[in-house]
Amino acid sequence: MAHPSAPHLLRLDQVTTSIGAGGASRQVLRGATLHVARGDICGVVGASGAGKSTLLRTINLLDVPDSGTVVVAGRDLAQLPQRDLRAARQDIGMVFQQPNLLANLDVYANVALPLRLHGTLNPPRLRRRVLDCLDLVGMGPHAGAWPARLSAGQQQRVAIARALASQPAILLCDAPTSALDAATARALFELLRAVNADLGVTMVVASHDLPALAGLCNRVAVLVDGTVAETFDPSDTTAPRTTPLGRELAFYGTEAGVLFHQGVHHA
Amino acid sequence: MPDPFLDLLPELGNALGQTLTMLAIGVTAAIVLGGPLGILLFLAGIGPAPTQRPLARLAGWTADTIRTFPFAVLLVALLPVTRMIAGTAIGPLAAAVPLSIAAVPWFARGVEQTLRDVPRGVVDAGRAMGASQLQVVLHVLLVEARPGLVVALAGLVVSVLSYAAVTGIVGGGGIGEFVLRYGYERFDADIMVFTVALLAALVQVIQLTGARWARRVDKR
Repeated sequence: MAHPSAPHLLRLDQVTTSIGAGGASRQVLRGATLHVARGDICGVVGASGAGKSTLLRTINLLDVPDSGTVVVAGRDLAQLPQRDLRAARQDIGMVFQQPNLLANLDVYANVALPLRLHGTLNPPRLRRRVLDCLDLVGMGPHAGAWPARLSAGQQQRVAIARALASQPAILLCDAPTSALDAATARALFELLRAVNADLGVTMVVASHDLPALAGLCNRVAVLVDGTVAETFDPSDTTAPRTTPLGRELAFYGTEAGVLFHQGVHHA
Repeated sequence: MPDPFLDLLPELGNALGQTLTMLAIGVTAAIVLGGPLGILLFLAGIGPAPTQRPLARLAGWTADTIRTFPFAVLLVALLPVTRMIAGTAIGPLAAAVPLSIAAVPWFARGVEQTLRDVPRGVVDAGRAMGASQLQVVLHVLLVEARPGLVVALAGLVVSVLSYAAVTGIVGGGGIGEFVLRYGYERFDADIMVFTVALLAALVQVIQLTGARWARRVDKR
């Protein structure tokens, strides 16, 4: 876990973001503040519509904030010219709810795509990098496969490899397991934990899977109505929680909660 | 005894050649001009404020207006333009002018629609990788739209073929004029049946080729 005084890799301060254009525009984030230290895995929980997706999409400016600051590795992203923003996005990998792989590219070409877009690696090094990323997620043997031939869990692994290809400092995971069955979801969370341990990639993981987040994260932010209502370390089960989701998460951080959760799944 | 049907075959071959010339010009114009126009129409439609892009709206409006014209009417209305561009209003090269003007918006809207069918999530993934807008078009949209683009292309060829036949009414040459002369003015049934069968076969070949090609590039 990061030292308390370590500089935050990611700082969102008083961020307000609206999505939709013109008359259909709707304010989703209303002054959200979130700081994530280097190396942390920060969970983001919240009811549907609380703004989890928008929060993550604001971190790489897929959704552009109306006000507030988004600072990643010391750079205020909203102030960057388009060209620099595109370079900064190489440092922020993203995994979505759907794998969002290109169906007409094979697994190898999907993972190579972010590297080819930026053209910084020569062909042998690019090849090495792609194969390393595929091995990391256990998809090395499937490099030549078409995405449609893979299971949903395998596709999501390829998506993780693709997001890691440019060796980002931060990995954003927007409900990465919500389209997967429970066992596949657990394996994917396990993979994220291993990636964090091996590469030290800082992660922000939005999910409804509270038990999994309680086991994975060392920080959790509870989003309520577009603001971060509380953040805490889920393994600290003694401090009082101010939100219902926070209390539920605290329960899954206890031994009783772990047993309860396992009982649910093995019953 | 001379067979009038056999005597006409060389002329039919000539007409077929003229039709294929028109087809080549019209389809090329549609791809070269209509393809990029379709991409621009698509990009204008997904921009943050589509209503603030008057040029794109004008292009879209023009494309739709041309498309709503029955081609025979467009053909006659464009005669002065044809004369200006081709120097004459007679023959397959002159006919290629209105043909191209009709084919460009046809294909542009086809390309735009095909790009719209690409899931937004894939575009988001491209943007999240740091792709520029041009890179999103080239490396994401056009890759994912490939099967749809092939289908649109096959539809374009069939449409331009039927447009090419219509140009016969103003002396554009090709199969259309051939049919008018022998099928309509002389009502030679044999010629008529043979020409219709020829066109039907041509359309079948185009559509089967398109479908097969689309299947081959579709990995979904």
